[in-house]
Amino acid sequence: MRSRHTVELTAGLFMLLGLAALLFLAFEATDVGSYSAGKAYQIKARFTNIGDLKPRAPVAMAGVTIGDVKSITLDPVTYEAEVIMNIDAKYAELPTDTSAGIYTKGILGDKYIELEPGGSPDMLQDGDQLFITNSAVVLEKLVSKYLFNSEDDEEQE
Amino acid sequence: MNKYEHDAGLSLNLSRQLADLGSCGLFLPQILLRIRPSLKQLGNVMRQLYFVGTRSMIIILTSGFFIGLVIALQGYNTLVQFGASESLGAVVALSLFRELGPVLTALLFTGRAGTSIAAEIGLMKATEQLDALELMAIDPVERIVLPRFIAAVIAVPLLTAMFNLLAVTGAYLFAVEWVNLDPGLFWGRMISAVDLGPDYLSGVYKSVVFGIVIALVSVFQGYNAEPTGRGVAVATTQTVIVSSILILILDFILTALLI
Repeated sequence: MRSRHTVELTAGLFMLLGLAALLFLAFEATDVGSYSAGKAYQIKARFTNIGDLKPRAPVAMAGVTIGDVKSITLDPVTYEAEVIMNIDAKYAELPTDTSAGIYTKGILGDKYIELEPGGSPDMLQDGDQLFITNSAVVLEKLVSKYLFNSEDDEEQE
Repeated sequence: MNKYEHDAGLSLNLSRQLADLGSCGLFLPQILLRIRPSLKQLGNVMRQLYFVGTRSMIIILTSGFFIGLVIALQGYNTLVQFGASESLGAVVALSLFRELGPVLTALLFTGRAGTSIAAEIGLMKATEQLDALELMAIDPVERIVLPRFIAAVIAVPLLTAMFNLLAVTGAYLFAVEWVNLDPGLFWGRMISAVDLGPDYLSGVYKSVVFGIVIALVSVFQGYNAEPTGRGVAVATTQTVIVSSILILILDFILTALLI
């Protein structure tokens, strides 16, 4: 028969291990804290159309993921989508004339934002907005534009 | 009709099953009303936590490890056909955190600890120890039932986390050591696929609910067992049957609510 003390000690140890496992998984196996406050800064960009860009989509520069999409809201005045991005604090030196575009990974992959650095000597600060943006290409619009344009061409001939 | 005329299997007498479920539910406030912030009660809970928690670790950890290995093995063989084997980490983690971790841990815990709680309390009743306590003006619900209930409620979410951790470790070992996937890719895909709220925390909520269900069913079955050897056997069997069915039904309902 174990003594009372050992029993309670192992029970406490059990709780400690359980809590450690709970917290370890919460912080190391989920996306929490990947680009959280302190390690990241935010920049804004406005797009006329974001396609199916979703929060947490990656933000990349030269193909390297440097952040993610924090939130997407519709500006009620201009009817533009306002996208707020978290950028890893490691990449603090992005020129103010950096441009943002929404592209697709592969042919049918997810949407992501690609940043193109500009040449300005000034650097982006937390909360700044990108002014040069390329909206997402919506395949249906492209196809319909192509179809209707070619019909028009035929009529003209 | 004699209320002890239980059959070891699932009886088809619906009204009695419902009445059982109802009195089981009514037992919950009776237990909760006896919680006092006292050191003595904490000591009792810790002692029970050793029996239901610490001593369940071996079965939970071993099962978790092998479940992780087997999901990884199955997942890899399917994913590799689509050239998506690097998503293995995401597949394993999502299926574990959302479903398999909470449900399997709850079922294993029912078998390992729920039955022992029911049998122990049932035997105490059969040997008139509960009556003896009452004669000494000690409330058997507070002294015997409450610590076991609390300990089981605490133990299930913690064991679920350990199960998940070991399963992810198993899957990681399989992916990295056996099929030579890139460890960074495995972990990175997992991190980007698993959301804290809808994926991880929904599993934690489930495990808390399962813990309450198992704890309640076990102490209820034990406390209301027929005070005979056969009664204890029936209580133990009923604990497994009722807990397992409730866990699986509640799992569906909770998933529908949380998804």
